[in-house]
Amino acid sequence: MDGAVNAAAWAFDALLVLTLLWLAWRVLMGPDLFKSIVFFIAFGLVMALAWVRLRAPDVALAEAAIGAGLTGALFLAALSRLAAGERIANAKRPVENSDTGKSTRPHRGVRMVFIAMSALFFGGLAAALLSLPAEAPGLTIQVAENLSTSGVSNPVTAVLLNFRGYDTLLEMGVLFLAVVAAWSLTPAPKEPVSPPGIVLASFVRVLSPMLLLAAGYLLWAGTHAPGGAFQAGSVLAAAAVLLLLSGKDMKANWPEWPLRVVLGLGLGVFIAIGLVMMLIGHRFLEYPLDYAGDLILLIEVAATLSIGVTLAALFLGGRPQRDERK
Amino acid sequence: MNAAMLYALTGAGLFALGLYALAVQAHLLRKIIAFNVMGSGAFLVLGALAHRAPDQVADPVPHAMVITGIVVAVSATAFALVLMLRVQSETGQPHLPEQPSD
Amino acid sequence: MMLSQMITIVLLLAGAAFFLAGTLGLLRFPDVYTRLHALTKADNVGLGLVAAGLAIQAETWAAMGKMALIWLLVLLASATGAHLVARGALRRGIPPWTAR
Repeated sequence: MDGAVNAAAWAFDALLVLTLLWLAWRVLMGPDLFKSIVFFIAFGLVMALAWVRLRAPDVALAEAAIGAGLTGALFLAALSRLAAGERIANAKRPVENSDTGKSTRPHRGVRMVFIAMSALFFGGLAAALLSLPAEAPGLTIQVAENLSTSGVSNPVTAVLLNFRGYDTLLEMGVLFLAVVAAWSLTPAPKEPVSPPGIVLASFVRVLSPMLLLAAGYLLWAGTHAPGGAFQAGSVLAAAAVLLLLSGKDMKANWPEWPLRVVLGLGLGVFIAIGLVMMLIGHRFLEYPLDYAGDLILLIEVAATLSIGVTLAALFLGGRPQRDERK
Repeated sequence: MNAAMLYALTGAGLFALGLYALAVQAHLLRKIIAFNVMGSGAFLVLGALAHRAPDQVADPVPHAMVITGIVVAVSATAFALVLMLRVQSETGQPHLPEQPSD
Repeated sequence: MMLSQMITIVLLLAGAAFFLAGTLGLLRFPDVYTRLHALTKADNVGLGLVAAGLAIQAETWAAMGKMALIWLLVLLASATGAHLVARGALRRGIPPWTAR
C-alpha cells in the first residue's frame, strides 16, 4: 500500500514538472503574444500546485494570486495598450510591420550560441544542486525554537514580520518606489471602458464584498495558519482590478490625498513602529515580547491596505488623471 | 534523487529556458515575460531546497524569501511594462533599436 | 475500510471522470462555444463531486462549509467567465458551429 502511494506521488510530481516545462516553452516561444500570456497564467496556476506539493501553502496562495492572477492581468492590460499604440503608429506610418515573434529572432548561428550558453548554465546549476546533501534542516530548528517569542504561530509570518522584518520593510519600499516610478513616467490611459453587461456587473457586485471578507480572513488567519498581509493585499488588489475592469471609474471618485496616504501607509507604519521601539530602548524592529503579536497585526493591517492599493495603482499603468468632464 | 531534487532541477531548467528566451526574443513584452519565468525558476529552486528538511516540515525561511520575491517581481514587472510602453510611444516600436539612433 | 471512505473514493472517481469528459470536450469539440459548454458544465459537476467527497472527510462543520463555499464561488466564476468568453467571441464575429 505504501509503495503504491509513493509511486502515485512520484508519477504526479513527474507529470507536474513536465507540464511546467512544457507550459514555460509555450509561454516563451509561442508565436502569438496573447496565447503566450494565457499560457503564462496557466503556468502560474500549475506553479501554485507545485508549491502545495513542496509543503509551502503560504507561497502557493501568493503565487496563485500575484504570480498568476495579477501579473497576468498586468500583461493583458499592457498588451492591449501596445496594440492601441501600434494603431496610432500605423496611422502615421502605414508600412510599420507588427511583430509576430518569428521575424525578429536573431540568426540561426546566434541562436545556437545562446542555446549552448543556456545549456551550460543549466548544467552548472544542476551540478551544484546535485552536490548538495539530500537532507538539510536549514533554519527549521532555529525558527521552531524561537517561534514562541515571535508573537505569532505561523512560522512563515514569524520570519516575514519578526525574524527578518528588514526584508519585508525594504519590500514595502520597493512596492512604493514602483508606484512612484510608474506614476512619474506616464499618465494612466483614458480608454473608454466597454460597458460590462448585466452578468459581469452583477457578478462583481456579489463578489467584491466576498473578496473584502476573504482579504480580512487571510490577514487574520496569517498569524496562525497559511495566509498573511501579502496574500490578503493581493486579494484586495484583485477586487480593485475587477471593479476597474467592470467599468467602475474609481479614479474619478477617489480624492487625491487619501489615495496617496494609503499608498505610503504600510511603509510609514512599519518605519514608525521600528523607530518607536528604538525610542523605548529596543533595537530597530525588535518587538517587546508582550506586544509582539499586536504590533505584527498592526503592521500587517497597514501593509495589507498599502499592498492592495499599490498593486491596483500599478494596474492603472500610470498616474490617475482627473476627469475633465466634471 | 528525491522529490526535492526533481523540483530543484525543474527550477534550474525553467531558469535556463527563460534565459534563452530573454536573449533571443526582441519584443520587450516577451523579454519581460521571460524574466518572470526565470524568477519562477529561481523561486522553485529555493522552495525545493527548503523541502529537504526532514519530518514533514519545510524550512520557513526560504518560503518567506519567495513570498517577498514574488511581490518584488510583480512590482518590477509593472514598472518594466510602463517603461516598455514609454519606449513604444517614443520610437513607435515595442523593441529596442538595433543601432543607437541619433 | 469504512463506509465514509468508500463513498469518498466513489465520489472522487466520479468527479475525475467528469473532469476527463470536460477536457476531452475541450480538445475534441469544433468551436469555442461547444468547447465552453463542455468545459464549464462538466467541470462544475466534477468539482461539486470532488468537494462533496472531501467534505465527508472534513473534521469540522466549518471546513465542510468552506468546501461548499468554494464550489459555489467557482460555479459563479466559471459561469461568468464562460459568458464573457462567449460574448467576446460573438462580438468578434466568430460564427457558431453548425453541423454540415
